[in-house]
Amino acid sequence: MTDETQDLIFDLTLTDDQRMNRETMQRFATVEIRPLAKTVDAGDSPAQDFYPKTVELGISLLPIPEALGGAGVDRSPSSNALILEDLAHGDLSLALGSISPAAFINTLIDQGSDAQREKYLPLFCSEDFKAATTALLEPRATFEPTEPATSATANSEGFSLSGTKSMVPLGMDAELVLIIAHMENGDPAAFIVEGTPAGMTRTVEENMGLHGAQLATLTLDKVQLPSSALLGEGPFDLQRFIDLSRIGICALAVGTCQAVLDYVKTYCNERIAFGEPITNRQSVAFMIADIAIELEAMRLMTWRAASRAEQGLDFHEHAYLAKVFCAEHAMKIGTDGVQLLGGHGFCTEHPVELWYRDLRAIAILEGMASV
Amino acid sequence: MINLELSKKHEETFGQVMMLAEHMMRPYSRKYDKEEHTYPKEMEEVAKLIGGARSNPSGPKVSIPAGTVVNGGNMGAVVGLFGLCWGDVGLFLAMPGSGLGNAAITAVGTPEQVEKYGGSYAAMCITEPGTGSDSASISTTAVADGDEWVLNGEKIYVTDGERCDTLVVWATLDKSLGKAAIKSFIVEKGTPGCEVTRLEHKLGIRASDTAAISFNDCRIPKTNILGSAELATDAEGRKKAFGGVMQTFDNTRPPVAAMAIGASRAALDMSRELLKEEGVELKFDKKPTNLSALQAELLQMEAEWHGARLLVLKAAWMADNKMPNSMEASMCKAKAGRVGNNITLRCVALCQSLGYSENILLEKFARDSKILDIFEGTQQIQQLIVARRVLEKSSSELK
Repeated sequence: MTDETQDLIFDLTLTDDQRMNRETMQRFATVEIRPLAKTVDAGDSPAQDFYPKTVELGISLLPIPEALGGAGVDRSPSSNALILEDLAHGDLSLALGSISPAAFINTLIDQGSDAQREKYLPLFCSEDFKAATTALLEPRATFEPTEPATSATANSEGFSLSGTKSMVPLGMDAELVLIIAHMENGDPAAFIVEGTPAGMTRTVEENMGLHGAQLATLTLDKVQLPSSALLGEGPFDLQRFIDLSRIGICALAVGTCQAVLDYVKTYCNERIAFGEPITNRQSVAFMIADIAIELEAMRLMTWRAASRAEQGLDFHEHAYLAKVFCAEHAMKIGTDGVQLLGGHGFCTEHPVELWYRDLRAIAILEGMASV
Repeated sequence: MINLELSKKHEETFGQVMMLAEHMMRPYSRKYDKEEHTYPKEMEEVAKLIGGARSNPSGPKVSIPAGTVVNGGNMGAVVGLFGLCWGDVGLFLAMPGSGLGNAAITAVGTPEQVEKYGGSYAAMCITEPGTGSDSASISTTAVADGDEWVLNGEKIYVTDGERCDTLVVWATLDKSLGKAAIKSFIVEKGTPGCEVTRLEHKLGIRASDTAAISFNDCRIPKTNILGSAELATDAEGRKKAFGGVMQTFDNTRPPVAAMAIGASRAALDMSRELLKEEGVELKFDKKPTNLSALQAELLQMEAEWHGARLLVLKAAWMADNKMPNSMEASMCKAKAGRVGNNITLRCVALCQSLGYSENILLEKFARDSKILDIFEGTQQIQQLIVARRVLEKSSSELK
């Protein structure tokens, strides 16, 4: 570490850039995302029509070097976590879809080769939304992200991939997919898949929630890839990829839980029972106090892991524990959000049932939203 | 810039305090737990070392430009307490100078009062037999008589009440005026009419003495009132007056939360060590759902502990940087209080009969931790304060 980092003190002050960027993201989440959340969830408005709007945010462009057509801002896990938090305040699934290309880009910058960066990054520097994504999850109850069953076998033309990937964001439309697999010797590896090669099938998923993220199952049956598809030159650091993704997933949870808190605060303050607002009762008020307390702890744990990643400190345990904490408390906040609205919370007229369904995924999601 | 690591200076402080905790506190933990009410004289040495470190900041003083973010005394205090209470909460509370009375004198005393009593061993007398969390309804009275105040009433749960030299006593000038008339007074031990009547036998923190003290026509100088003797005449002024008294808690809640962080870290460290000997190790690799229940629970507790710790650091950081932190102080106290109690209790259960035995300290940590979710405002009082802030409610709306 440099002397500069050693002089750091505990500090929660955002940089001016972060503050300005947050304002932009928060405005976008309020104006463009939240009003769409319900209709997209219900299938009344295709999410494909929404994603092109996210181009104006420049999320994909930011970390791409100027020489390749990007903005050339140093990739910042802390700033990226803030972006995810703010977008997810609008809607978790649309936020996840919006940043999936950035998750692909971040991983390419982090672990790709120069040739791969030069080939793929300029594709994201146009006015059009370029769908890209990362695929780690597999449909097994005992799935372990560090042990993907999808296999890659080396052959004379490159690699042959077989396996099934589930819950892949933008899975139907992504023109570039980063598939995580294991080699014959057991080492993890990542492969860049362009389009839909022979042997690859994309199937739309129907899930409990996260409808806006257009999750899909990708089935790979001896999909032949060129050797240039193998990400990076050295071994793929799967743990690092998982950890950076966990920070992003936690940030999404923080944003959506903040939405729950804001909503129940207003609703319960206005809801009258027994002649007064229900928040005049401790049983209601204390549930909301606990939401605020656990949410703040979720945020601080996420920020800490992100900040350690940004400083080049080891952040594995911190990302792991942040994910454990957020998985537990995000769901608790989700279920309390519905509880606090009673029967009204159970009906789709209010967004809390949508947040309940989306937040169930926090414990499950892995390998997406890499910061 | 967002950074949630401790500064190098505070990392060093923590390391030094952990050494003291391990070598100068832990060896006496069981002894003074067994010998309740015996004064742990060995702690005077520890108190001296800590006091010395406090008054001798290393390096020359640099003037800091206004608006610069700092990590100062509040951060230093909670970091120190993480370590000292990893050593032993009870023994820490039995150290001269650790009392809340000192905090109150330093926070609101006049220069003369700070000069005279700041360095004394000061305890805080708030609770009464009929008044706990509703400190606005205390009934100990203070009546002006010539150059003196005359105190009458009974105080209980006075930490360090027997061993201290000075008491900070909350009393009302006029009970009919409610909380606006509550003031605090400095009483020297040995003043006629002030008597320690009882020492409590407790579930935990037995090294710390907890006294009942009665005041019968106890006369103290007029100058020994902390803050103004004026009574506010309007509602706003009354609210403000009591708010001033209660503000002390914004500064003392993060330290008590820090004690819970220290005590629960001690339990986690000890349990993980015991379990390691039996082949159970935490590796932070697989998802909790793919691990044994034992490992999953340990990891969940680690996560809870880290979350609580960061809330404490945030509240201290805000205090250091003069940001109003009443809500954050209560948030960290609520979270650390319940997490500290839960972790220490679960650790006993996880280690089964080993944990329950007095052969090691796990069961003691579990007894000590309970008070940390009670004193300086119970769990429920913290939730009430947080709820009022979040929901923007007055104390008459959300009772």
